[in-house]
Amino acid sequence: MSAPASTITAVTPEGPEVEAVPAKRQRLRFVANGKAATGLVVLAFFCLIAIIGPWIAPYDPSARSADLLQPPSGQHWFGTTHLGQDIFSQILVGTRGVMFVGLLAGIVATALSVLIGVSSGFLGGAADEGLSALSNVFLVIPALPLIIIVASTIPGAGDLMVALVIGLTSWAWGARVLRAQTLSLRRRDYVEAARATGESTWRIITVEILPNLTAIIASGFVGTVIFAVMSEITLAFIGISTISEWNWGTILFWAQSQQALAQGAWWWFVPAGLAIAVLGTALSLINFGIDEFVSPRLRNSGHTRVKTKDGRTVRMKVGFTPVLNTTGKSAPVTPVVHVDEAKGTVS
Amino acid sequence: MKFLLQRIAFYLFTAWAAITINFFIPRMIPGDPVTSLINKFQGQMSTEAINSLYVLFGLDKNASLWSQYVDYWGQVFRGDLGLSFTFFPTPVSDILGQSLPWTIALVGITTFVSFVIGTGLGVLAGWRRGSWLDGLLPVTTFLSSIPYFWLGLIAITLLAGSGSFFPSSGGYEPGLVPSWNGEFIGSAIQHSLLPAITILISSVSGWILSMRNMMVTVASEDYITVAHAKGLSERRVMLSYAARNALLPNVSGFALSLGFIVGGTLLVEIVFSYPGIGYNLFQAVGAKDYPLMQGVFLVITISVLVANLIADIAYLLLDPRTRKEG
Repeated sequence: MSAPASTITAVTPEGPEVEAVPAKRQRLRFVANGKAATGLVVLAFFCLIAIIGPWIAPYDPSARSADLLQPPSGQHWFGTTHLGQDIFSQILVGTRGVMFVGLLAGIVATALSVLIGVSSGFLGGAADEGLSALSNVFLVIPALPLIIIVASTIPGAGDLMVALVIGLTSWAWGARVLRAQTLSLRRRDYVEAARATGESTWRIITVEILPNLTAIIASGFVGTVIFAVMSEITLAFIGISTISEWNWGTILFWAQSQQALAQGAWWWFVPAGLAIAVLGTALSLINFGIDEFVSPRLRNSGHTRVKTKDGRTVRMKVGFTPVLNTTGKSAPVTPVVHVDEAKGTVS
Repeated sequence: MKFLLQRIAFYLFTAWAAITINFFIPRMIPGDPVTSLINKFQGQMSTEAINSLYVLFGLDKNASLWSQYVDYWGQVFRGDLGLSFTFFPTPVSDILGQSLPWTIALVGITTFVSFVIGTGLGVLAGWRRGSWLDGLLPVTTFLSSIPYFWLGLIAITLLAGSGSFFPSSGGYEPGLVPSWNGEFIGSAIQHSLLPAITILISSVSGWILSMRNMMVTVASEDYITVAHAKGLSERRVMLSYAARNALLPNVSGFALSLGFIVGGTLLVEIVFSYPGIGYNLFQAVGAKDYPLMQGVFLVITISVLVANLIADIAYLLLDPRTRKEG
């Protein structure tokens, strides 16, 4: 599913923090999450390629050579196209376009969703009705066909244009989630307190509300980047955006239009597809990390089988009272184990 | 009932918005690609057809924007979407009428099946957390990160090809004439299997994940503990207590993500040259066939709205709270 897969709906820090944990440690805890760390490392790798790709590419991606449609070899790691172009170089050079469009569209869409979502949730009343109707309309209209039509009416749409079109059409999901969360934050005691001390609306929003929305904004951003990357590659694949700029979709476009499949040239489209899948997985992992960071319940409890004193095993699940079925006719016995729900540990 | 009426009002509003967007987009095209296309077919087109294209694309510079808009609506209501340039001189509405059933059969059925399977697996994965089912998650994440069309390409390479059971393109055997006989339906099903599996594999993971997370959240509710304490069977607690409540957000999520999913699945049609709306869109984009593009967008949007309405009715049946009011 290409929809932003975040499930944060109304997860809020419940009650005051008992221990004042320094901000630095909090941040480290996020990175310590295995999924998030893996995702961040992969993402950093792709960002690096995006920056240095054109310099480390062994060949000019558009240069033709005599090696037509060669399978991968030491000379051409990912093989060559029907014109003898080096596919490895095309992938390296194409990374920049993909990352640029993904990140720019993500920034545009996130900025819009914060603007619309937070103001709609905070202002309430007629402004809220209007803004949420607007975001619902954008949510229901199929985004990809809309993007395809808008992009194809703009002749010679480059990376910048494509990024803007995607950003301007894909903010609705984030806005909806942010609105719901702002609504629940708006009446919290600390916000009321800020209001009572005469803080300006602007200050309440930026200082009291926004910091508590960070996780949702971040996961919305990551979700939009996934969607933007997919859309951009799709546009290139069906030949809408300019095919003079290399990106992974362009490679697939040529592979498709030159019948790579029928010729058995699997190396033509496999690397680009895998690159997309790896980038997408990395971004999803970051999102899971954020989700789990915010909502500890979703963490995989990993080691769940616990041995009781008398040597039987019981499976621990957060929110469940472990029940031991004793063999025989006697009633189930609840073992003496205590589950600390907040930490997910067994003592 | 009030809930349903509200939703219908909202969908009508959205349909209005979509048609209005459709009205404005071609008017923002710099230059005049449509005029040049019309000139290309000059002499082969009736004045009436030219006139209808003038209304659709706002080529009549003398008319005010408002009167253009009114004319446009009149034409949309008559179902006149202009002539397609790629399939000249077939009207766009005829082409769409031909391909829509294919898309609805392929995308509609597979999306529904994927939702059912994904939700079912999600219920299990959420309930039996910490078991081997957790291993499902990274796999599904990876599969959902693959673009639909690329998975289609791989499927064709691996499974289709000469002598294989799976045909690599088309909607039915080239020699057959579409009709309701066994031979044709069998051929159509055979051709739709591979695209259907592709869509299924890449769309199912989203449902697994969201349902799992909802189940995890619901599982720690008090009423679940009470149900356990009453000594109800595990199965009953899982299905009638946890899953039933966890399903509600997933159903409304289904409605909301349809727009995304439909967009992705249309691409599968392109890869498989399946005779549906998505393939039409591809042909239209390639040939700069603006009337067909506009028509495709309109039809997709309206289909998604109808599907949303159906999802809302399902929600109404599942959630007694929405029925109670009004």
